Amino acid sequence: MSQIPLDVRDLTLRYGDVLALDGATAHFPKASMTAIVGPNGAGKSSFLKSVLGLEAASGEVRAFGGPVADAMARIAYVPQRAAVDWSFPVRVIDVVLMGFYRQTGLLGRIDRRFQAKAMACLARVGMQDFARRQIGALSGGQQQRVFLARALAQGAELYLLDEPFAGVDAATESAIITVLKGLQAEGATIIAVHHDLSTVADYFDRVLLLNRHTIAEGSVAEIFTRDALARAYGPSLMLAAE
Amino acid sequence: MDEFLILSLPPMVIASLAAVACALPGNFLVLSRRAMLGDAMSHVVLPGIVVAFLLTGSGNGWVMGAGALAAAGLSALLIEVVTRRARMEPGAAMAVVFTAMFALGVVLLEMTGTSGIHLDVEHALYGNLETLIWLPGPPPELARLALIAAGLALALRLVWRPLVLATFDPVFAQTMGIPVAWLRAGLTAATALAAVAAFQAVGSILTISMLICPAAAARLLTTRLPMQVAVSLGFAVASAVLGYVLAGYAPLWLGLPYTVSASGMIATVSGLMLVGAALTASHRARARL
Repeated sequence: MSQIPLDVRDLTLRYGDVLALDGATAHFPKASMTAIVGPNGAGKSSFLKSVLGLEAASGEVRAFGGPVADAMARIAYVPQRAAVDWSFPVRVIDVVLMGFYRQTGLLGRIDRRFQAKAMACLARVGMQDFARRQIGALSGGQQQRVFLARALAQGAELYLLDEPFAGVDAATESAIITVLKGLQAEGATIIAVHHDLSTVADYFDRVLLLNRHTIAEGSVAEIFTRDALARAYGPSLMLAAE
Repeated sequence: MDEFLILSLPPMVIASLAAVACALPGNFLVLSRRAMLGDAMSHVVLPGIVVAFLLTGSGNGWVMGAGALAAAGLSALLIEVVTRRARMEPGAAMAVVFTAMFALGVVLLEMTGTSGIHLDVEHALYGNLETLIWLPGPPPELARLALIAAGLALALRLVWRPLVLATFDPVFAQTMGIPVAWLRAGLTAATALAAVAAFQAVGSILTISMLICPAAAARLLTTRLPMQVAVSLGFAVASAVLGYVLAGYAPLWLGLPYTVSASGMIATVSGLMLVGAALTASHRARARL
């Protein structure tokens, strides 16, 4: 069973006249940890959403050797924190329990077993003491950790994270990276949209350089070069860095 | 039988049932910031009812309810079309569609003189709560509204989990295989059904207060959704009962020679409850600082 967790070919997405993705192609080997890097408007979030079938993109996406739709139970998606209303009247534990929806279904009882599992997921991101808090009372970093705990509850093999480090505190950043590396060690495949070029080499082992189409993909050592970055971002970023 | 039981209890129970039927979908309209949809649905009910009557000649409540639901479906479709074809923002498209439909309903109503069955303009706008008395049996609206309220409560219990997930985080919900678009359409249908129910009690214009006020007030005072829904139902019943009593009896107690419109008073009371909740909530927020 050496099926590749995610294989994307020629992904193209159009919003009206705007071409958000123009034939993006990438593959993500098992137990790899990939940063999707590229300038603003490069289609990084659109790439994740298109892969999941949330956007009507054309192209071929195969997950674990089959269509993505058949593999959704093995995939966890962590949306951007800003995508939801954090004043919504639920507690932290309720959000994590949402991750069990595929198991509990419409009316299945949420018993002690699920409660205990949810608490374990919260403990893994260091949020066990906040279980009964209303989510609006959390800081941005804590909210991001709750989202990650919900993804852990899904027990997935492929994790897609949209900017998990955007606007979070240093403690959260290190907590998240520890969890992600732990998941990778257990054999999970991680793909995250990432903005901070300075931490790419520390956090990830692979890079997908994206600017509507694939500029380059491969190991950090091979791909994360001045030349490739200049092709993705244009020469202005390089000048600014120097 | 006691005068209260014959004249006042049936309309009070009917108003309460209508308020409960409205508050159930109202909670999710408030949470998904689609309160405007409630306003749209409560207005498009009118032309649906008039057309159903003109087509069938029947004043039967179920026939009119079906007409109202059809009109709601049609306008939901129209709103989509206007949004896409005219490239309008959804709020504006909604406003255009529901005011046009409502105006059409008023014109149809005045032109065809359907007043024989409590369907004159005044009743359509303000409801006809006071006439729903025990004569000699219960008014047919009673059973109908009980059924609608119970049906909505049951449906909500069934889809509670996916509906909460889809309302909180629709994108994530989709990745969990939840049919988010169907739930949205279902909420629209539930809102239309509740609007049909409330139409009988408080008329077209004031239905929006039943849909939104109790839920919005409860939202301000609670931090957990099950509690929010429970509190909103309490507010709904309280505003219906209190509004009816104040409209019918308060002027008499004050020695005034008239009574005021029950539907107007119910909407006023629920509006005041929302004001009270807003004041309490901001007071509590300040106390926490």
